[in-house]
Amino acid sequence: MSGAVVHRARSAALWRLRSAAAPWLCACCAAGVAGALLLILGYVVREGLGAFSLSFLTELPHPVGVAGGGVGNGIVGSLIIVGLAALMAFPVGTLAGIFLASSGWETLVDLVRYLCDVLASIPSIAIGLFAYSLLVEPFGHFSGFSASFAFAVLMLPLIIRTSEAAMRGVSHEIREAAIALGAREHVATLRFVLPAAWPGVVTGLLLAVARVTGETAPLLFTAFGSQFWELNPANPMAELSLQIFTYAISPYRSWHAQAWAGALLLILSVFALSVLARLFLRRSARS
Amino acid sequence: MFASGAVTVSGSMTVKLACRGLSAYFGQLRALHDINLDIATNSVTAVIGPSGCGKSTLVRCFNRMHEVVGGARVEGQVLLDGEDVYGPGVDAPAVRRRIGMVFQRPTPFPTMTIEENVVAGLSLDGNRLSRTAKERVVERGLRQAALWDEVKDQLGKPGTSLSGGQQQRLCIARALAVEPEVLLLDEPCSQLDPISTARIEELLSELAADYTIVLVTHNMQQAARASNFTAFLLGGKLVEFGETNQIFTNPACRETEDYVTGRFG
Repeated sequence: MSGAVVHRARSAALWRLRSAAAPWLCACCAAGVAGALLLILGYVVREGLGAFSLSFLTELPHPVGVAGGGVGNGIVGSLIIVGLAALMAFPVGTLAGIFLASSGWETLVDLVRYLCDVLASIPSIAIGLFAYSLLVEPFGHFSGFSASFAFAVLMLPLIIRTSEAAMRGVSHEIREAAIALGAREHVATLRFVLPAAWPGVVTGLLLAVARVTGETAPLLFTAFGSQFWELNPANPMAELSLQIFTYAISPYRSWHAQAWAGALLLILSVFALSVLARLFLRRSARS
Repeated sequence: MFASGAVTVSGSMTVKLACRGLSAYFGQLRALHDINLDIATNSVTAVIGPSGCGKSTLVRCFNRMHEVVGGARVEGQVLLDGEDVYGPGVDAPAVRRRIGMVFQRPTPFPTMTIEENVVAGLSLDGNRLSRTAKERVVERGLRQAALWDEVKDQLGKPGTSLSGGQQQRLCIARALAVEPEVLLLDEPCSQLDPISTARIEELLSELAADYTIVLVTHNMQQAARASNFTAFLLGGKLVEFGETNQIFTNPACRETEDYVTGRFG
């Protein structure tokens, strides 16, 4: 009998020890994650700040050995390529998300959702190859547009799932209230549920843009890169992350510094995008 | 055969809405069994019964909202002015414009102002209202819903900025703006405080002058206070229907008596 009491006392002590240790363990893990992020950020800032300047943002790349130069054409190229990709992926993705959220056609909804998950898990380099075979090889030259296409395919699953979630997040009662007023079902979906879901839909777009902004692999054989101010997406185009890649694998010290500065710029813009996305989401949570 | 079980309203009152042999299903589950009921014009009819007895399902069959849920279907007839709303070629949205509905939870459209909420049902087919017509509709609807004096200076504010009771009256204004003939209210006060509840009950008796009102409630005092007729449902069946006074003071069925005296439910 006393053995059982001792055993109980011991297990109580063990339980107390465990519950005292658990929050510390969690805190350590959280600190590890935050620490890794800070370490990366700090390192990129330290290495990148040296080459970071106004001319870095506005000038064309200089040849090796010529000091200065920038990634101006890469920034413009990124904006055009990602912008075109968003233009392609946003309407298709949002409409597909609306379909998934509001269609009663269960089998098709499940199938589309499954395919969407499969698409999300395809490596980006494979999607780049797909764009290459579809839009580069037949035309005989690289192009910014083929990169946009690859990015659009990468963005699609993200946009579809976030817009579906945003539509589902809107109370079912809103839809019923609209239908009870005499709205047809598609009118209820598009004119009453979609506006309420809009902040979540836009958040999904911003996150998808942030996701592809850091992509490099599909660009290797689509946008290809350029030394010039190329504004026509039918031609090979410079792109920021592609420039970082090219500079980073080069043997030149000055190019390495530029690669770090480019990485810093990339991180800052992705960070700005996710802050923007959070602001939108907060607005939707309020309404 | 249908008419045999029908409970008819007495005297000179005309029937606005009636159901004949009405059964409702969710997939395999039968939620309503062969309901026959007449609802008198310009009266308040309360539908009472314990949770899950089919009160909401019954009124959702009246304006064809039942079928909006996947797998749900209806058998039998619902007659609006003698015409079956489930008849061939009858357009469900058109039925819903004649039979308005207010839900348990206030549902102002979250992205719309008070004003936009009131007129939301009017521009559904794409035609635009003139500024003056819109103002007229908004004021009339809000006055009918006894909300005008409280919100007339803040029509541009979001509908969701109002209190729960005000939101529910906004939903009533929105339903009335479409100029329906029948107004269904599905436990409209269950989320409201006693003062807001009293305002809405008061409002119902005023609205009964122009509209036919069906009030679903699980609150027996509310049914006793606010209605002219009462239908008592149990397990998806209509147990008893009659004048509210009679149902509460001298019910014909044992189950009705047990329920209204608070012995169960």
